[in-house]
Amino acid sequence: MNNKSKLDNILVPVFSVILGLLLGALIMLVFGYNPVAGYQAMVQGAFGSSFYIGETLRQATPLIFTALGFSVAYTAGFFNIGVAGQALLGWLFSVWFALSFPEIPGIILLFISLIVGALAGALWAGIAGFLRAYFNTSEVIVTIMLNYTALYTANYLIRNVLSESSDTTARIPEGASLRWAWLSDLTSNSTLHGGIFLALIMAVVVWIFMKKTTAGFEIRAVGLNPFASKYAGMSTKRNIIISMLISGSLAGLGGAMEGMGTFQNIFVQGGIPSIGFDGIAVALLGLGNPVGILFSALLFGALKIGGNSMPLVADVPTEVVDIVIASIIFFVGANYLIRMVVDKRAKLNKGGVK
Amino acid sequence: MSETNFVIEMKGITKEFGTFKANDNINLQLKKGEIHALLGENGAGKSTLMNILSGLLEPTSGKILIDGKEVTINSPGMANKLGIGMVHQHFMLVKKFTVTENIILGSEPNKAGVLDQKTAQQSIKELSEKYGLLVNPASKIESISVGMEQRVEILKTLYRGAEILIFDEPTAVLTPQEINELMQIMKALTNEGKSIILITHKLDEIKEVADRCTVIRRGKSIDTVNVSTTSQQELADMMVGRSVSFKTEKKEAYPKEVVLSVENIVVKEGRGLEAVKSLSLEVRAGEILGIAGIDGNGQSELIQAITGLTKTESGKIKLNGKEIQNNTPRNITENGLGHIPEDRHKYGLILPMSLEENIAIQTYYKKPLSNKGFLNPKEIKEYAKKLIEEFDVRTQSETVPASALSGGNQQKAIIAREIDRNPSLLIAAQPTRGLDVGAIEYIHKRLIEQRDNGKAVLLMSFELDEILNVSDRIAVMYEGNIVAIVEPKETTQQELGLLMAGSSLEKARAAVEKELGKEPTHVE
Repeated sequence: MNNKSKLDNILVPVFSVILGLLLGALIMLVFGYNPVAGYQAMVQGAFGSSFYIGETLRQATPLIFTALGFSVAYTAGFFNIGVAGQALLGWLFSVWFALSFPEIPGIILLFISLIVGALAGALWAGIAGFLRAYFNTSEVIVTIMLNYTALYTANYLIRNVLSESSDTTARIPEGASLRWAWLSDLTSNSTLHGGIFLALIMAVVVWIFMKKTTAGFEIRAVGLNPFASKYAGMSTKRNIIISMLISGSLAGLGGAMEGMGTFQNIFVQGGIPSIGFDGIAVALLGLGNPVGILFSALLFGALKIGGNSMPLVADVPTEVVDIVIASIIFFVGANYLIRMVVDKRAKLNKGGVK
Repeated sequence: MSETNFVIEMKGITKEFGTFKANDNINLQLKKGEIHALLGENGAGKSTLMNILSGLLEPTSGKILIDGKEVTINSPGMANKLGIGMVHQHFMLVKKFTVTENIILGSEPNKAGVLDQKTAQQSIKELSEKYGLLVNPASKIESISVGMEQRVEILKTLYRGAEILIFDEPTAVLTPQEINELMQIMKALTNEGKSIILITHKLDEIKEVADRCTVIRRGKSIDTVNVSTTSQQELADMMVGRSVSFKTEKKEAYPKEVVLSVENIVVKEGRGLEAVKSLSLEVRAGEILGIAGIDGNGQSELIQAITGLTKTESGKIKLNGKEIQNNTPRNITENGLGHIPEDRHKYGLILPMSLEENIAIQTYYKKPLSNKGFLNPKEIKEYAKKLIEEFDVRTQSETVPASALSGGNQQKAIIAREIDRNPSLLIAAQPTRGLDVGAIEYIHKRLIEQRDNGKAVLLMSFELDEILNVSDRIAVMYEGNIVAIVEPKETTQQELGLLMAGSSLEKARAAVEKELGKEPTHVE
């Protein structure tokens, strides 16, 4: 029975993706475009050459962090909608630190900048955790609001403190950059940066933390049954705050990937950065499992990067590409529905024997 | 014997889940107008069988005949059409809806699409008068008692035209008075020609209402007997498959030093009212103190305060001489408390987690189960295996989720976990709720064994039998206070009943004497 539920765990996300792709194909057909050509262009554009693979991996990098962050809080029973805001502040403060201390030697500067980014995200998430633990405030509402606070605070600081009323900051010092020459060389000058390795390492670390440590055990226990956890002597308050701090620091690191890797600076944002919400979708599709998250982040990276090729190669307009991507994400979100169908089928087969 | 005598015949029903046979060639025959008890331990296959009858499961093999005709029941809707209605153990009602709305839900009478409340109310009124199911059709579910909710469930099945009613453990959630009323209702239903299958493992209920009883053990139907000619002992032995003892055997208690002392504590419940009012009690090493009382008289709050799950407003709680009021649960646990909580699904276990993790949940942070913050899965597995073996927890393996175990085995796992830590005080709140006689016997033995090992045991229960059988002293709680402390030898069920209803000890004794018209029972 155990093996079967494991199989279901893989089947559900795969099903969601397939259904999403089918709906995407249908939409392309309705608008009069060739879905086969469209998807071909997408796959080519995501994995067709070392350059595209590099871009896809780069796109997936911050998503791995934000998804890991979301999943830690989710395991403890909290819906951290605020990963976007936490990521933005992580991005902002890592860049700020790197710009402020250019005299620190490269690798150390990079290292400290990343830590500063993680701390910024952790503090931002910690506010929601603290309010939840001590005042039972809904973390969903608090983190949604903190997203906006983060957005406008960041934009204000970029315009007025980090630059002289410009929309962009200066580039971070060369030494602090995660863009390593050998990675660009390997991928025909793609923007792939060293963050991908850090992402893989963090996936392993989070997995070990959640599965192998007493602290991770407590977080899982509190998430599954706070009453029994309290009875067993665990502090729900402490676990709420710890899980939110970890969640926020991972989100902050995800943001720092944009600053230290992809863009090398920070610029005024038109809206809440998409790596936050995409990260939530990645975590949900990956079922909160670090391995699942790696795969689903790769999928999201491929959709975004591969989607760029669709207008050029298959003449599918950008808008339709976005609808196709959105419909795939829709089915990822509707994964609950698919799970219900799978569970119902399983229940009918297994029955209610206890 | 002509087949048409039976409204339902289940012949050779077998249901396999993989290699596991939940039902193995079971036969069940229900006569028209009878109450037929289905008796079996938890996990014996009663639910599977009834799920087959109500269309939730399809049998691997076997036949079902209704009024002599073979039928295939492949959906709950089909069962409905055939006149089979199920009164579930966990009520499936919409809290915010009225009684009427709940009853008609799914088959609402309407006039051109507009809900016809009048017709609905009328037919519900007729039904409730016919069967003595008194409810107020306009009340909201959230404002009525559990017993009332059950009546609504029964009305729901009758409203849908059920001729055959299946009651799944209907008394588990009811007070003694409500149980009596339910028994009357069931009799009224059969008098009107309905047939009833009663799933239960409570023998006295079977003796009281059932005409015949089919016993199921490990998926097989053992026998169908006439209840009037079969003793409770025989039924119990058939169900468990060996001879069980009802009277818990125990030696004289030798109480020693005070382990737990509670001094004038006040505890408030959720709404801010005082649930425990300046209560004091002592439990000594080597004795079992039973707390009797009707549900809702502050017992749960008292235990939550002692175990650190709720705040104590004032007063002192001392465990092994140390003040522990308002300490954290972990602190109190480490001071020597073992706690079998009242609600094992909410507090006792994390159901989706594996059995081994649940067994480790009180000690995971200590060596050898973990080291420097890292869990030691091998040690956890070893430890779980050891306890499963020692305490006879029946499970496929230690890695299945706790939810996969039967109620009795879940409770055994909790007891194993709590006793193995060797606590000087063991608190057992409703430790046998919903369990069958085999498991109850086991749990009582373990509690007495703790006492004999020189531990203090505090037993809270709503079951008077349990209190009288197991305790060495009985404290009766009424409205947040202890109204009397009596010894089991000197008291009776009637006397306890009166004390639980709030009368003083003298008055209760006088009333009991008057009724019996003889000398008090404690004179030897």
